[in-house]
Amino acid sequence: MRKISLANLDKFFAKIAEQAKLYIPVDGKNGTSAFKLWQEGVVMSQALNTTRSAKDFFFPQTENLMEFKTEGKNIEIIDIREEKEDFVIFGVRACDVKSFEILDRVFLSEPVDTFYASRREKGVIISLACGRPNETCFCKTFGIDPASPEGDITAWKTETDLYLKANTEKGEKLLSSLDETTEDADEKAVEEQKKAINSIMDKLPLKDLTTDKFGVGKTKEYFNSPAWDELSSHCLGCGTCTFVCPTCQCYDVKDFNTGNGVKRFRCWDSCMYSDFTLMAHGNSRLSQKERFRQRFMHKLVYYPDNNDGMFSCVGCGRCLAKCPISMNIVKVMKTLGGKEND
Amino acid sequence: MQVNEYKPKIVAFCCNWCSYAGADLAGSNRLSYPAEVKVIRVPCSCRVNPMFILRAFQRGADGVILCGCHPGDCHYTSGNYYTRRRMALLFSMLDYLGIEKERTRVEWVSAAEGAKFAATMNDFVKTITELGENKRLEDLRCKK
Amino acid sequence: MQKITRETLIEKANELLSSGKVNRVLGWKKGEFSYDVTPAVFTDVEQMKKDFVFDDFSGANFSKYLIKETRKEDAKVLVFLKPCDTYSFNQLLTEHRFDREKVYVVGIPCDGMIDISKIKEFAGDGVVSVNTDSDNIKVDTLYDGVKEIAKDKILLERCVNCKSKKHVAYDELIGEEGEILDGNRFDEVAKLESMTADERFEFWQNELSRCIRCNACRDVCPACTCEKCVFGNPNSGVENKSPANSFEEQMFHIIRAFHVAGRCTDCGECSRVCPQNIPLHLLNRKFIKDINEFYGDYQAGEEVGLRAPLVNYTKEDLEPSEAVNREEK
Repeated sequence: MRKISLANLDKFFAKIAEQAKLYIPVDGKNGTSAFKLWQEGVVMSQALNTTRSAKDFFFPQTENLMEFKTEGKNIEIIDIREEKEDFVIFGVRACDVKSFEILDRVFLSEPVDTFYASRREKGVIISLACGRPNETCFCKTFGIDPASPEGDITAWKTETDLYLKANTEKGEKLLSSLDETTEDADEKAVEEQKKAINSIMDKLPLKDLTTDKFGVGKTKEYFNSPAWDELSSHCLGCGTCTFVCPTCQCYDVKDFNTGNGVKRFRCWDSCMYSDFTLMAHGNSRLSQKERFRQRFMHKLVYYPDNNDGMFSCVGCGRCLAKCPISMNIVKVMKTLGGKEND
Repeated sequence: MQVNEYKPKIVAFCCNWCSYAGADLAGSNRLSYPAEVKVIRVPCSCRVNPMFILRAFQRGADGVILCGCHPGDCHYTSGNYYTRRRMALLFSMLDYLGIEKERTRVEWVSAAEGAKFAATMNDFVKTITELGENKRLEDLRCKK
Repeated sequence: MQKITRETLIEKANELLSSGKVNRVLGWKKGEFSYDVTPAVFTDVEQMKKDFVFDDFSGANFSKYLIKETRKEDAKVLVFLKPCDTYSFNQLLTEHRFDREKVYVVGIPCDGMIDISKIKEFAGDGVVSVNTDSDNIKVDTLYDGVKEIAKDKILLERCVNCKSKKHVAYDELIGEEGEILDGNRFDEVAKLESMTADERFEFWQNELSRCIRCNACRDVCPACTCEKCVFGNPNSGVENKSPANSFEEQMFHIIRAFHVAGRCTDCGECSRVCPQNIPLHLLNRKFIKDINEFYGDYQAGEEVGLRAPLVNYTKEDLEPSEAVNREEK
């Protein structure tokens, strides 16, 4: 375990920035926050969670895949992939770190998504223990410990110091390169913080939410539940929940005619949109109810079915805070799961 | 002569009944206007949806001009009155967003005004050339 | 002003349900916390007693929901509308978006709704409950205990600049009728107008670059009622699912604001729901301000059947060049 005084945080950041692009959470306008490139003078946000999640680093909202140019009857296919640069993300919360594992299972299983894989390879994640969970947080429900997040390096921020511990080879390498700015430390302060975090966790309003009723093999139980009608009846069909979600991974591949060629790109898509699953014969999901059901069944049943029981929600609470009509996965779980889940 | 002299791309939407005929007249009178102007014929100036104008900028236009019959002379009686309101609001909005107000223009050119057509285009091209490339409403994907 | 309670509304609903005048009620349903109410349909009063809420978080404008709701069945639905909601209601009727006969409107007074993001900005993390019983709002937090703030400090932007306390449509009114207010809602637009073009460009780039194209502004907007939006239609040629670059951000917001120009009642739902807190109302208000200045004062939704300014003209209208060169005139 290493530590550095918070007064020297900028030096620490500068040292990392010498080796790779460093991104930290920064406050934006009107109460929003986002990961931004660190440079001298950029101040870290105190916000728990950025408005958008850290998945953007590995799975950006839009990404060009290739280009086509036509000349006469010939089509030229242009590979526009570039060598990705090393980068470091600092301050990722436990929930968001867990989301990378969920995304990995999708993008890194055969056939491997090379765009995603190359970013994963180049990125070093420094997670940050979550000292002040919000009322919308329910990461414990999914077995996540906010006091000991995963990631290449785990960091704990106390009143005075930043404590750091490497978890992976990549993390070791980065941390040892920072030896000049950090000093050896014992685990006492960290253990104390862990205890403090755990006692806060017991006070959270959603602490008793469980996943007992969901997971592998529950499709038949819930698919035709009459509850979906009411739950979905006022869903606007916007993509807010999907786009702030750290685990949503659906995308669309589209061609953009630039006037002098075609750019093929992919961009995030939302199962809440009416043209999701639109095919030549029409759309297999005709109403918002079916789209709404898909999103929550995927998180709570289908994904676990295909991934050894792992849920594809991490309880970050973004959708609870952002949904225009305040309908969210917690309400869905409580309604479907029945009283005992209340 | 400078080889890399900046040549703006100008899109001119011209109504079929007046301004397009005006452009024709300019041609038959051998009045010249710059080749940077690409004329797109529309049935009436009010056929031009604000999206057309934005799309022109997206595909690389540096200036967009919309020409129609003089108010009161619309082939369809009132089309250009609607154009006038729409474009007043759209241009004001573009200005509000900080996009150079010189990049968009509406001119009324009748079928008899070949000279006005040529003069208008010369003037507009001059304005845009001085203004330079469109940077604020550009789509980088469309650049060569 | 007399404060309308949830009980008053339940009583009214009970009366209308039991007389058979309506068979269901569009209302707000309580959530997990004190601020996350969800729109819901209630069919009996017992259900309402259990879950119905009406408080300072009942901000959602229900007029747009009536399009979907009235298509479900012929029986009347009861809807509670705040003064600003009634403007959207009239505008939708003007555009023939639903059948007036299928709706029973109870107008309810409103003294401003609260913006939860302003509460969170004030109180910090862990807002476990918000007590709105008095005008001194008590916010209970996990970390700093109970904090108090005056209600007028945390109102939704649209309520700070409330345009009217008067209902322009209803079948029945609860409480006293209010007045149309003068307000300063165009001040911020005027401030932007007085900046240089460069400053304005920077301001809007800063705001619009946060857009994630979730379409929440469009989907909640009572003026955006196209069955198929041009931006969601793969055949339109301009469908863009994501803000690939600054052009597409600008294009979406310009076109959306333009499409509702003259029809937007300035209900402020777009800014309320934006997950990135982009002040989208400043786009719509620019159009409203321009329309007022160019073509005379116009308030969309003030009456049913008004002819919108963009489907109207006079022979003396100003020229587009005059519209952008006003200050130099």
